[in-house]
Amino acid sequence: MTAELVRGQNHPLDRTRVEIRISAGGPVMAGVTLGDDQGRLSGTEAVAHPGAPRRTGIEVPRQAASEHRVAVDLDALAESVHRVSVLLALATGTGSLTGFGAAAAPRVAVTGLDGTQLAGYTITGLGAETAVVAVELYRRQGAWKVRAVGQGYADGLAAMLRDQGLAQAAELAAEIEEAVSLGQARAVQSPVAAGRAEGPATAPADAAAPADSHTPDTAAPADTAAPAAGGPIDYRHPKRRTAKAPAPAAAPSDAPPAPVAGDAAGWSMEERLYNQVWGMFEDLARSVAAYRSACDFAESRLEQELDKALADPRDRLGTAADVARATARDKHAALITQARAALDRDLAQLAAESEVVEPALPPAFARWSAPVWQGYHVPLEPPMGLRLGDLHLPEVLDLRIPMLVRLPLERGLWIDSGPAGYAHGPGPEREFGRRELGSALTDGPPDEAEVRRLALDTAVAVAARLLAVHPAGTFAVQVVDPGGTAVSALAPLLETGALREPPAAGAQGVTQVLEALTRRVDLVQMAVRNRAADSLPPDIDTAEQLLIVHDFPHGFDDRAVTRLRYLADEGPAVGVHLLMVADRAQAQEYGPVLDPLWRSLLRITPVPDAHLADPWVGHAWTYEPSLAPQGSRVLREVLGRLAQARPAHRH
Amino acid sequence: MSVNLSKGQGISLQKSDGGTLTAVRMGLGWRSAPRRGLFGRRTNEIDLDASAVLFADKKPVDVVFFQHLVSDDGSVRHTGDNRVGGAGQGGDDEAILVDLARVPVHIDQIVFTVNSFTGQTFAEVQDAFCRLVDETNGQELARYTLTGGGQYTAQVMTKVHRAGNGWAMTAIGAPTNGRTFQDLVPAMVPHL
Repeated sequence: MTAELVRGQNHPLDRTRVEIRISAGGPVMAGVTLGDDQGRLSGTEAVAHPGAPRRTGIEVPRQAASEHRVAVDLDALAESVHRVSVLLALATGTGSLTGFGAAAAPRVAVTGLDGTQLAGYTITGLGAETAVVAVELYRRQGAWKVRAVGQGYADGLAAMLRDQGLAQAAELAAEIEEAVSLGQARAVQSPVAAGRAEGPATAPADAAAPADSHTPDTAAPADTAAPAAGGPIDYRHPKRRTAKAPAPAAAPSDAPPAPVAGDAAGWSMEERLYNQVWGMFEDLARSVAAYRSACDFAESRLEQELDKALADPRDRLGTAADVARATARDKHAALITQARAALDRDLAQLAAESEVVEPALPPAFARWSAPVWQGYHVPLEPPMGLRLGDLHLPEVLDLRIPMLVRLPLERGLWIDSGPAGYAHGPGPEREFGRRELGSALTDGPPDEAEVRRLALDTAVAVAARLLAVHPAGTFAVQVVDPGGTAVSALAPLLETGALREPPAAGAQGVTQVLEALTRRVDLVQMAVRNRAADSLPPDIDTAEQLLIVHDFPHGFDDRAVTRLRYLADEGPAVGVHLLMVADRAQAQEYGPVLDPLWRSLLRITPVPDAHLADPWVGHAWTYEPSLAPQGSRVLREVLGRLAQARPAHRH
Repeated sequence: MSVNLSKGQGISLQKSDGGTLTAVRMGLGWRSAPRRGLFGRRTNEIDLDASAVLFADKKPVDVVFFQHLVSDDGSVRHTGDNRVGGAGQGGDDEAILVDLARVPVHIDQIVFTVNSFTGQTFAEVQDAFCRLVDETNGQELARYTLTGGGQYTAQVMTKVHRAGNGWAMTAIGAPTNGRTFQDLVPAMVPHL
C-alpha cells in the first residue's frame, strides 16, 4: 500500500514503528524535531541531530550521507509531542553542494520495519535552499499521519529552527554543523570503521526492533565522501531562474506544458526525435485543416446568406437587405477571427516545440546551418532517417517542419530541373526563405540555367549528407554525367575524394556504370535469396550505392533506359539508390513508357514549390531543399573530415 | 455512477467547479457471438460500429467511422474497428475520443451513432451498451443499454453541442435502422 505524495498531501500511517528512508543527490544531514500541537519546540532537547542522535523514540544518523534511515517509534514519544518533523540540511564544508537545487531531488520514503513502503515523497522544485523540512508525522485524533511538507529554507538550519520557535536556533545550528563536520572528518579517515561504528546500527532504547533492519546497508558514509570530493555538479540550467514552488492549493494552470525535445515514443533519442518531428508534421497539418475548413465554411455561409438577402426583390431597396448583409459579414468575420485564434494557439505551441527540437536534432536530421554540423564527426552507425528539406504551408511561413525520410531510401529521388511549373518572380515565400533562412536562392526569377544549377547543388547536398551520416566506407556515390556538364558543381565531392571515380561521361560511360550496378543488384539479390552472402565475388562492393544521373536522357539508349528502370525498381531492396537530376520535358520522346519511372521516384525541387502532400489530410506543402547557406564551407569541411576517416577505416 | 438517460434529457458538460469538459469518449461494447462447434469461422459474427458525425450549421462536414478513423482536424479519433465484439463484461470494444478543445470553431454539434453492420438487431446482441465518458476523470455521463432494444439495427445515441463557451450533451436515444452512418443521417436531422 504505497502512496506517492505530492506537496501538502497527507496519508494515514497504519503502524507506529516506522523508518524514514532518505536518499539525496549529495551528502546531507538528517534530523528530527519534536514539536507540540502548535509545532513549536520546547528546547534543544526536542531536536535529534548528528550531535545528539538519540532522543526518546527517535534515532538519526551521525553523519552527513546521501542515504539515511531514521528510526521512529511513535508510541514511545511523549504525549506532548504532536508533530515529528524530518529535516534535511546540506553539510557545509569543502566540496558540498550550494543548494538542494544543484543535485537530484531528494526523496523520502516512510517504510515499515520490514521495508514495506507506506508513503513516498520526492521533494521537487528546490533551488538555493540549504535546509528543508521534508515530511512531518503528526497526531490527528489519536492516530498518526504523514504529510509531505517540502518547505525549504535558503538561510539554512538556523532559520528553520527559528521558524519552529526555538530560541537558541543559531547556537544549535552551529553545534549541529560542527558535529556533522566531525562526522565527515571521521568518515574520510576510516570510512569503513566509521560506517560500522557511527552508523545508526544501535537502536534507541525504546525501539529495539528497528536495530536489526538497520544494519545491512548503512555503510553509506563510505560512499558519501566520494561525491563530495569529486566536486559538485550543478544540475541547474545556467540561465533558468528557479521559480518559487507553487502553493499546494493552487489549481493546475491550463497552459500546455513547455515542450521538450524528444517528447515522443522510441527506443533511442534519434527515434524519439524522428517521431516527434512526424508528430509536429501531423499536428500542423491537422491544425491547418481545422482552420481551412472553418474558413471554407464561413465563406460558403456568407455566400448563402448574401444570396438569401438578395433573393427577395422587395428587400432590395429597403434597409432590411443591408442589415442582413451586414449581419452575414459580421458572422463571417467573427468565425474567421475565432478560427485564426485557435490556429494561433496551436501554432504558438508548435513553434515553441520547433525551437527546442531543431537544436536537438542529430546531423542526419539537422539543417546544414545547425551547429551540430560544425562539430561533425564520422558516425559509427547509420541513422534511421534523413532530412531532405523543409516543409511549410502558406498560412505559416515561419514554421518549417523538417522533411524526414526513412533510410535506407525506399524509393529513388528525382530532383526536377525543369523550369516548368514554378511560380516565376520572387514571391513572398522565396523572399522569406532568403532573408530568414539564408537559403541559397537568388532574387531573380528562376531562369532555366539557374534552376538547373540549383538542382545539381541540391543533388550534391543530398549526396554529401548521405555520405556524411553513414559510417566511413559503407556508402558510395557514383555519378553518370554523359554531357560532362556537372563537373564544377560536383567539385566538393570530387576534391574530397567522396566520389571514388570521376563522373562517367558519354554513352559508353553510362552503359558501363549501369551494367556494373545491374550486375551488383542481380548478384546481391541472388545471394540474399539463396542465403549465400559469403559466395559473392570479391569485386562486388557491398557498400550502399547512390547513383546520381545527371542530364537524363542525354546519352541514354533504349537499353540503358531499361537498365535504369530495373535499378529504380529492384535497387532499393539491395542497397542501390537512384537520384535523378532531370527535366521531364526533355524525356518526352520516350512517351508514356517512362511515366511509371517518374511515378516511382520521390520528386523534390531545387526551388520552393508546393507539390508534396501529407498523408493525413493532403495539403499541398511547399518543399524547400536543404542546402548549405550561401558561402558556407560546411559541406566541404564535413566531406574533408569524412575523407580523413576513410583510409583509417580501410586498413 | 452511470446516468441512465431518458430521451431528450440534456446535460451540461460543465464541471461542478466551473471548468468545462475538455475530452469525452464514446464507448461501445457488446458480447461476441458464441462460437459454433467445428467450423468456428462460420460463426455469425456480430459487428457493431460506432460513428461520430460532425455538423456545422446542421450540415455534416466530417465523419469519423471505421473507414475514416481520424477527423481531418485530428480532434476526433476512432480507436479502430472491432468486427466481432468482446467479452460483454462492460469494457469498450470500440471507442471514439473527442478532444473538445481542439474541435474546429465552426463545428457546433457532434452526433454519436451506433449501427449493426452485420445486420443483427439489438434484440439479438448480448450485453450491448453505449456510453459517453468524461475522459478527464472516467465518469460516465450517459449510458444506454442496447440489448433488448427491439427490432432495430441502429441508434442515434447522443449529441454533444456547443453551449456558451463550453459544450453540452443532449441524450437522443432514437432507435432506427441502417447499415452505416450514411443511412442514419436522415434520422439525425430532426435532432439537430
